This record gives sequence, C-alpha cells and structure tokens, in this order.
Amino acid sequence: MDRNVPVVDILAADHIHRRKSDLMRYEYCHEAEITSISPLIDSVKLYRIRLLDPAVHSTFSFVPGQFVMLEVPGIGEAPFSISSSPSRRGDLELCIRSVGTLTSFLARCERGLRVGISGPFGTSYPLERMKGSNMLFIAGGLGTVPLRSALLAVLENRSRYARVDFLCGAKNPAFLLFADEYESWRNTDIGVQCIVDEPDEGWSGQVGMITSLVDQFLSSGISLSDTWYAIVCGPPVMFKAVCSTLLAAGLPMHHMFVSLERRMHCGKGKCCRCNVGSTYTCLDGPVFDFWSVVNLKEAI
Amino acid sequence: MLFCVFAKSELRHLFEVLSYNCLVGPTVKETSPESWPLYAYEQVFDFADLAFEHTTTSHSPKKYFLPHRLTMASYALNDQSWRKEVHFTPETPVVFFGMHACDINALNRLDKVLLDSTYPNPFYAARRRNTFIVGTSCSPQPFCFCESMDCETVLHGCDLFITDIGELYFCEIRSSAAYQVLQGISTKEAKSEHHALFIQAAKKRKAQFTSQMDTTDLVMILDMEFQAEVWHEWGRRCLSCGTCASVCPTCYCYGTEQLIDLTLGSARKEMRLYSCNLVDFAEVAGGFNFRPESATRLKYRYYHKHRGFVEAFEESLCVGCGRCGQACLADIAPVDVIASVRREAEEDG
Repeated sequence: MDRNVPVVDILAADHIHRRKSDLMRYEYCHEAEITSISPLIDSVKLYRIRLLDPAVHSTFSFVPGQFVMLEVPGIGEAPFSISSSPSRRGDLELCIRSVGTLTSFLARCERGLRVGISGPFGTSYPLERMKGSNMLFIAGGLGTVPLRSALLAVLENRSRYARVDFLCGAKNPAFLLFADEYESWRNTDIGVQCIVDEPDEGWSGQVGMITSLVDQFLSSGISLSDTWYAIVCGPPVMFKAVCSTLLAAGLPMHHMFVSLERRMHCGKGKCCRCNVGSTYTCLDGPVFDFWSVVNLKEAI
Repeated sequence: MLFCVFAKSELRHLFEVLSYNCLVGPTVKETSPESWPLYAYEQVFDFADLAFEHTTTSHSPKKYFLPHRLTMASYALNDQSWRKEVHFTPETPVVFFGMHACDINALNRLDKVLLDSTYPNPFYAARRRNTFIVGTSCSPQPFCFCESMDCETVLHGCDLFITDIGELYFCEIRSSAAYQVLQGISTKEAKSEHHALFIQAAKKRKAQFTSQMDTTDLVMILDMEFQAEVWHEWGRRCLSCGTCASVCPTCYCYGTEQLIDLTLGSARKEMRLYSCNLVDFAEVAGGFNFRPESATRLKYRYYHKHRGFVEAFEESLCVGCGRCGQACLADIAPVDVIASVRREAEEDG
C-alpha cells in the first residue's frame, strides 16, 4: 500500500474556482503623474493627474460620484472623489485638503510626481435617469468636490436637463470652492446661489447656513415633486437638515442623493473600515439615495 | 456523499499519509494556571503531539488564512518613478488535521465576502485554495453556542469529516482528494448500524449544549433596540482592547499602511488585521470619528455580525465558537449581550 500521497493531489483539493484576472484586480494600480497643482482655498489644492499608459488613458472611464484610490509608495493610500468631468477620461482632477500624512505630503510635492491610481470605485449619481428633470445641487464646504463632476456633466449636456440650480454654502467667502467658475456656470443658464456663515468686508451676498439658502430657494414659489432630483453633499450634519427640508417640500426620498464620507483602506469591500450596517460605503456607495441612508443606522 | 468507518488505530495511519505535506493540527500549547490544557493550531510533526480530541483552541485557524501582518505589495523606488510588484504566488499546501465544525463554517462564511464578491481577495484565495481539511466533531463546551448559529455541523468546506462513534470513527468523504487519501488506510463501508451510531452520537452531542442564543427575529430586534440602554452598560465594561476580534474566526477587518525602507530605495504596503473595537477604527480625515464611544463600537460589532452580514449574505457572521467571550478581559459574552438586548425589547413592550 502506497502511503505517499503526492503533493499535487492535495493541490487538487480546490473547491474555490476563480479566474486569475478576477484576482489580479485586487492590488492593481495605474501609473499616473501629477501634471499640475493649483491652490484653490486655504489648505485645499486641485491636482490634475494624467494616467500614463496611453491605452489606459484612452479607455479609463468613470461616472460622477465615483472615487479613486491614490497611493504614494512609502507614504500612504487614500480615497479621493473625482471632481472633473467624466468626458475627460484619463485626465483626472482631484481636490485634496491637507489633513493627514498622505495629503500633507501631496501639499508639499511638485508637479511631475508619479502616483498610483486604482479604481474607479463605488456608485454614482444616476444622471441618465435624471434626464429631462429639474436638478438641484446642494453643496456644503468640501461637498462641492464630488458634486462638481456631476455638474460639469450636466453642463456639457445642458439641453438634456430642465432647470438646474446650484446652492452652495461655506464658512466664509474664502472657503467657496471653484468660485472662479461660478460665472461661467451662470452663463450656461444655471442658477448659482451662495451663502457664507462668516462674511468678510467684501462679501455682498447672503449670510447664514446652507439650510437658510434652501429654505429661501423653496419659498420662492418652487414646488418640488418627482420632476425634480436633488444631489446633496456636505458634512454629515447637513444631510439630515437639508434632506428633511426637501422631503417636507415634496421631494421623494429616492429622488435625493447624498455622498457619504468614510475612511477606506481598500475600496473593495474588504477592510470593513467604511462598513455601515449591511453596506460598504465603497461598494454600495459613496452615493446613496436618501431612502437607503434613512435605513442605515449611523450612516449620517 | 460517501461514508466509511475505520478503526481508531487507523487515525495514526491517516496522519502519516497526510503528513507528507505541511500538517497543522491542534496541539497542547500551554497549561492554564488552573491546569487546563490550552490548545493551539500549530504545525505537527509527530502523531503523539496531535490533540485530535481537543476541546477548543484559544485562537482559531484564521491566522493561516488571514495572517495578522501581510506584505501586500512591494515598491522599487527610483527618483520620481517607482514600480509596484504584487506577489500572488500560490501558497504551500497545508493539511488541517482536526478542525471543528464551527471553524470550518467560519471559513465558509469568510469565503462569501473574501472570495465570492466583486473583488476576491487573492491573498486569502491563495491560502484557502491549497488546503486539505480534516474536520472532526467536537464536545460542546459551556461557553460555545454553535448550535444556535446552525454551525454544529458542516455540509461543505472540508474534505473529510470524522465523528467518534465509540469503537470506530465514522467518516464523511467530501472530495475526490479525500477519497484518494483514504486509499492509504484501512477503511470499511459504513453500514446501517454505523449510521444509527452516528445519529446517536449527534443526538448525544446536541444534548450537551448548555449555552444558547435565541436568534429569532434578531435582525429586527437589533434595529428596534438601536438606542437601548444596555449598549451603554456593556460599553462601560468594554475595554476596547480588540481581543474579541483577535480570537474570532470570522473577524476580517484590516488596515493598510505604507512603509518606506531607511535606504529610501524601496517601500512596501502592509495589511494588518484590525478590530472595530479599537478607538480609531471609524475615524475619517480631519479627526472626526463616527464611533467615538466604546458603546457605539461594541454595538457596531454586534450589528455587523448579527444584522449587517445577515442582510447581505443571509447568515450571521458569528459561528458561536464562544472564543470572544472566553478571551474577553471584561467578561462580555455574546450570549449575555444578545439576551440583554432581547430582554430590553420585551420590557419595552
């Protein structure tokens, strides 16, 4: 009796069949270069990033609301929302605030730095479904970052959408992101209104919280119904207040979209750092309709 | 499924047949201050060192599938540019000799999230793929409640499953490789009297479970009692040390970190298993923490195991091994926590 069972037989004990290409998606990243860095507001810069492989550059695609993981070897890796238009494909714009190890490094780096980009990950704003409807964008603080990608997509296809309004709130006028673009947005028949909490001497606009601006917008004779869609992005405390107001004004919960922020270490639903209840913010989000968020404990 | 029986003396031969590969099994690692043997899954070279009929190991076999630290990728740095290298090499085959049903079920549940998902984890897959698992029935301990979690038996995920039926071992053959391995020992076809003995043994074992967790409508009850005071009571006791996650066979949360070598010529990306009980688990950029209090983190752990995973994968992530309660320095056992939440739900009514 031969008791020497060859090793190959144990290797055949394979009850988990997976294509190798599936597995290779896990740690793969695209080589990319930072082509320009523009300061936007205090501690926030806009990074333009070009994917270097010509084949990837021409085929890379994303939809507004999605994010990428950016890695710098030896420094760190973190998720960032894409704030450029989806039509730009392999040239991405990431708006990054200097708050941690990786972002502080990026704040000090110069153009030409090689980084790794993986993704795009996550869900998106359903702009296709929104065609023909009125659009209401509501941003608070850095919430403008993922929202800008959707707004630019709408601007590029302006005729496919009815009325479009953009309401933006910030702590003070110096914190209004992309303020230099507002005029060109207004020229494309978009209603742009801003509000700040702490005005400076040069500010002639409205003063208060973003909720006041939403109240004011709704009191101007607008009746929200299922012909409207709202895209809301800002700090967690803003979601509850703004979405409750919109709900009371008649907008169905599945017509409101929010983008949740969590610290993700993988972007692939494995590290659990972004797990909320039964969902992973990286896979099932970051874009959720408000109905899903209401049903998620600790989501906002 | 094929069944066979073999004499208890043949277990040594089965061990020898399989020990041509790296063989990992339960061994006596230490002795507790109360003189109990403390078991661990270690590489075993001699049959005499194998504790086949062990109670339960302090740590689960998870460390062989999800190591505490793992280098995911390495980078060669060269001025401004760098090259990333990821090693998806298959792991050496490992034979697990004497794994209890709860631990096999734990691997089955990990498979759902780490293999059968949009992005399969190749590091886990490489280890999981090259295993040969010999399962064995356990003797229920006062702290384990696997029966309540439907984990006292397994239907897949192992190659052989051996049950003690008195004079003989009753063996379930679950893979072709296992069938081939059994050619190396002396076995007999299982007859109806052996089937009867197996059923009797299963009944006897079932009657020995003393710890129970009532999981009826648990998903709904956890939602209803989200604001319950008991969470704060348990939270005040919890030390947020993460021991429960460390010994849990299904906790798979991790964090990554980038490390650069002193020469600045190379770097690596490391994965480190983490625990949702640790204070910075849900912290985001800028320092805002979604779960700053101990109570919210403890509650989240129970929500993820008994509610979130059930909603996503239709079964709980807890397999009822009871290791977390045994290892907890603050004596927090899942059976007691869930019972207190249910009690509060009933009192509310």
